[in-house]
Amino acid sequence: MGAGEEGGVNWLVEFFGDPEHWSGPAGIPARLLQHLEFSVLAFLIAAVIAVPLGLWVGHTGRGALLVVTSANAARALPTLGLLVLVVLLIGVGTVWPVLVPLIALAVPPILVNTYEGIRGVDADLRDAAYGMGLRGRQVLFRALVPVALPLILLGLRLAAIQVVATATVAAYVGLGGLGRFIIDGLATKDYGSVFGGAVLVVLLALAVQWAFTLVHRVVVSPGVRQVR
Amino acid sequence: MNKGLRVITFEGVTKRYPDGTVAVDNLSLDVPDGSVTVFVGPSGCGKTTSLRMINRMIDATEGRIRLDGRDVKEIEPATLRRGIGYVIQQAGLFPHRRIVDNVATVPYLLGWDKKKARARAMELLERVGLDVKLAERYPFQLSGGQQQRVGVARALAADPPVLLMDEPFSAVDPIVRMSLQDELLRLQSELHKTIVFVTHDIDEAIKLGDRVAVMRVGGRLAQLSDPATLLRDPADDFVREFLGRDRGIRRLSFIPARSVRLSPPPADLVVEDGRPVGWQSGDGLQPYGSFDPETDSLRAALDAMLLSPNGLAVAVDGHGKVLGVAARDALDAALPGAADG
Repeated sequence: MGAGEEGGVNWLVEFFGDPEHWSGPAGIPARLLQHLEFSVLAFLIAAVIAVPLGLWVGHTGRGALLVVTSANAARALPTLGLLVLVVLLIGVGTVWPVLVPLIALAVPPILVNTYEGIRGVDADLRDAAYGMGLRGRQVLFRALVPVALPLILLGLRLAAIQVVATATVAAYVGLGGLGRFIIDGLATKDYGSVFGGAVLVVLLALAVQWAFTLVHRVVVSPGVRQVR
Repeated sequence: MNKGLRVITFEGVTKRYPDGTVAVDNLSLDVPDGSVTVFVGPSGCGKTTSLRMINRMIDATEGRIRLDGRDVKEIEPATLRRGIGYVIQQAGLFPHRRIVDNVATVPYLLGWDKKKARARAMELLERVGLDVKLAERYPFQLSGGQQQRVGVARALAADPPVLLMDEPFSAVDPIVRMSLQDELLRLQSELHKTIVFVTHDIDEAIKLGDRVAVMRVGGRLAQLSDPATLLRDPADDFVREFLGRDRGIRRLSFIPARSVRLSPPPADLVVEDGRPVGWQSGDGLQPYGSFDPETDSLRAALDAMLLSPNGLAVAVDGHGKVLGVAARDALDAALPGAADG
């Protein structure tokens, strides 16, 4: 074991250079897969809740105040506290203790950005769409969503990055994921593992960022590419 | 008044908002088939509200609007709107769609197949004076004037008999505005749509309207008449003031110069090959002003007089050949009746 005095780089070389870290149920590939599993699941559930709600509220203007206030309130929720609460309520053994706080974390940015994106579309465009004879849903999906897409994607990206970074808390309740390298490492004073785990999380967040840039390029019309 | 088939009729139409504001007050008028009717007035006069009640972007509180005899409230709004062209101030193009697809919006909604809709869109782009190379661009790549032309093309795409235009040219610079106005007049001479046009610019109203409805704040109709009558006979002080100065001069635009008596050109008019060159003055030439009696108005004739050093306007034919000259007294003689008050 023994972390070198030079710290940083040596720790990384040691961590990533150790073949044992690349195989088995506690290896990097397995942990990465678990990490992605929580993250993707939480992200998808949050998106399924928040995108339609944000579209509906942005389009109809109904419940806007409620949505924005509760989204802001949800932002103030301490993730770790929520995790412990869910464990106390339903116990360990399922993935819910980690999913619930991650969903709570991901919903607000998606909801608020989707809502703001739709609401912020130029009134003239909305007017023209109705004036051409588009019906409510057609106005939403053919005129408003394509124009609001950069903001909606921004919300999704922020949520995804937060989820990926925060999914490390799963380790607190004995679930897997990259958090295990950090939390187990802290417990055993294996700073190479702590540092390595942290770097993996950062790389994953960067990968998410990159993936969204790619999606943006594919789905957003060149006519509305202003926000990144 | 020519009672055509596609006529829009306002019957005692009032729009009152829940807070008690009256935007349009008991408006009754006809918009005849194939003509341009302009609603003009200061802001808050209810002109835009009146227009938007036709395609039910706003619903009237009282009264009825008929389109081809049918109460518009009996027609489902989206269906109604697909049958009416609509042009708004900022064009309102879909920024995420290419120009050609913007123009084809209504045909797509009506279920035309894509090829036919796009072919129609291309035809319309040409018709409104746009280079077809712009078809594959996005709206942000076009100038304001070009976007507005696209807006007009989009409104015409499904060939609706009625066109509603809500201050369509007020966001572009004066030169572009003038060319858009000329383009609209040219289009209208080919298409004969029933057009309701809203503007706050009385000059635009007079230029474009077959009939002009002047509205006053509070949503009341102050006067409805053809432009020449409006300039000659304003109904009251409000209309007179709204028309502004130069009413007399502007009226001249509506009187053809055909009736101006011409005299033979004097010797000091230098003519080459039948065309005027200038007025002889000492060793040099002085500029001249000319008009075509067949196509120009008295205003152009007067302008030509003012441009010549001796007050004589040179009359030329369609090929620019000298027909004669007109003096100030010939203009006076061509004026119908006495000067207006």
